[in-house]
Amino acid sequence: MQKITRDVLVSKAVSLLENGTVNAVLGWGKGEFVYDVTPTMFETADEIRENFVWNDFCGANFSKYLVSKTKKIEGKILVFLKPCDTYSFNQLLTEHRFDREKVYVVGVPCEGMADISKVKALAGEGIANIDFTDAGLVVTNFYDETKTIAYADVMAERCVNCKSKKHVAFDELLGETGEVISSARFDEVAKIEAMTPDERFAFWQGELSRCIRCNACRDVCPACTCEKCVFDNPNSGAENKAPATTFEEQMFHIIRAFHVAGRCTDCGECSRVCPQNIPLHLLNRKFIRDIDNFYGEYQAGAEVGSRAPLVDYTLDDLEAADVFERREEE
Amino acid sequence: MRKCSLAVLDNLFAAIAKNATLYIPASDNAGGAKFTKWEEGTQYLDTLNTVKSPKDFFFPHTEDLMEFKVTGKNIELFDIREESEDFVVFGVRACDVKSFDILDRVFLVDPVDSYYASRREHGVIISLACTRPAETCFCTTFGIDASSPMGDISAWKTEDELFLQANTEKGEAILKSVEALTEDCTDEKVEEQKDRIRKIMGKLPLANLTTENFGGGKTKELFDSEKWAELSEACLGCGTCTFVCPTCQCYDIKDFNTGKGVIRYRCWDSCMFSEFTRMAHGNSRLTQLERFRQRFMHKLVYYPENNDGLFSCVGCGRCLAKCPISMNIVKVMKSLGGEK
Repeated sequence: MQKITRDVLVSKAVSLLENGTVNAVLGWGKGEFVYDVTPTMFETADEIRENFVWNDFCGANFSKYLVSKTKKIEGKILVFLKPCDTYSFNQLLTEHRFDREKVYVVGVPCEGMADISKVKALAGEGIANIDFTDAGLVVTNFYDETKTIAYADVMAERCVNCKSKKHVAFDELLGETGEVISSARFDEVAKIEAMTPDERFAFWQGELSRCIRCNACRDVCPACTCEKCVFDNPNSGAENKAPATTFEEQMFHIIRAFHVAGRCTDCGECSRVCPQNIPLHLLNRKFIRDIDNFYGEYQAGAEVGSRAPLVDYTLDDLEAADVFERREEE
Repeated sequence: MRKCSLAVLDNLFAAIAKNATLYIPASDNAGGAKFTKWEEGTQYLDTLNTVKSPKDFFFPHTEDLMEFKVTGKNIELFDIREESEDFVVFGVRACDVKSFDILDRVFLVDPVDSYYASRREHGVIISLACTRPAETCFCTTFGIDASSPMGDISAWKTEDELFLQANTEKGEAILKSVEALTEDCTDEKVEEQKDRIRKIMGKLPLANLTTENFGGGKTKELFDSEKWAELSEACLGCGTCTFVCPTCQCYDIKDFNTGKGVIRYRCWDSCMFSEFTRMAHGNSRLTQLERFRQRFMHKLVYYPENNDGLFSCVGCGRCLAKCPISMNIVKVMKSLGGEK
């Protein structure tokens, strides 16, 4: 359950809009149910009072929207960012993707977001209401059943392995910011590394064969902000919408993982939006872990303007032969 | 009407699979369900919706149409068609069964799409009445009865029994082939179940969604609505909604140079994608607003205009469950005046 309440966010948004600090508010908008919130640009106080949502289903990371929205809106946009979202925000600034002056960041603390598919797996389909109580999520359905579910049991994977409760960018904070957490986020990567090459191939083939090439992972990814993606170029020879062979699916995801390596902040949006529940974040985490091991610990987005190891040259850099040697040792 | 105990469900599947490839909903090992080829040991999964709809059976995501080789001035053509296998799909929900009717009106009208037609001819649909609709269900809005699905055979599953009713000759033939496993019965329990499901459908949160404001002739009124900007504001432009949709029917045909020849293939396309319907002069829809609008105008206005008022949405709710930003046809309809 979120400690900070909707009311606090709403009154902050309304006051900043009404005193002219900002001209628009990027927040979570009400849906048909408790959980289907939509990223929304609010431009009036009434809209905010009526439709603004803040609950355990506000997982969407708004950083990437700033690339297009700052160009569209006159004046400043208020954006609510959770700790993990602020890393994407900084990374985009490092890449000069939007004008910092056009944004007013309000940092909101986050206790971890829930994954609705986990809720449904435990409570079944037909959800009538979800109440957020101290005891957990109280889910009632259309079949006269009520179930109380512990928050920990339905927390999104990226939140279970939360890497930081610290806001690395903000103009103003609501509540308190936290600390960087030493999480177990690389455990799953270590498990995959421990597999034999054949097992590993089978693992990824099993996961990636479900891919439907909807491109949602790319389209939501804050590290994917190319004006024109290579996969959208019909002359490239690569087809962006046809999972024709398992080879092609692997090509897409692996090329994408390479392209965002060193820039991926591990925000986990790729896995959140995947309609087929492919654990895409594990590809990115493998790269993060390798970069940490080869060049020293590096967190993309931790600070604006930092030079990522892969685009920086130092005399201490690992030689390719060393990498090869390490692999031999393994 | 025939029935059998659920205890012999596997025997029933085995008997059907003797004569044709059988597909049933099974776990995709990632929390979802997919229609899976039945083999000894395949576990039936009592799911409401599969992640992808069964439209793949007739209109596959990708399909090789032909292969040819060009040598000098000669073009050699190879027949690589493979859509002539008999198959049976078990467990298709009422909404998805209705989607076949919607696709038929696109692919089976002149000029008939022979690939689609051939698959339709070789496929048998065993539908299954819903017993536990979700909050995302709104098939009733489109006149579909979740408790009475159509198809070659309609089926109802209770706690311990499966009831089967043939609707077509193909269905009769299947029921005949499994006669030894089933027995004659009355429809009392089925009627009880229908009553219960219809009551639940009436209670669902989207029960008040109506098509009154949509249909043929509404183009001018809806096309210029100011609402599209707000509705499409956060759209990522991904193809999730179109690829999980049972009625989305747009496709692209391309040639792939294999190095040894050329494979001409067809794959689903998505109006959400930036290069959708790109022509020699460029693209006709340059913004996501226009692409987003196209999808809903097609389902709610253009299609019914060309098909006697039939809408090309069946209310399965997949787009509600899967859209990364939770924007969907229900929100579009409500925003454009589709709420009672």
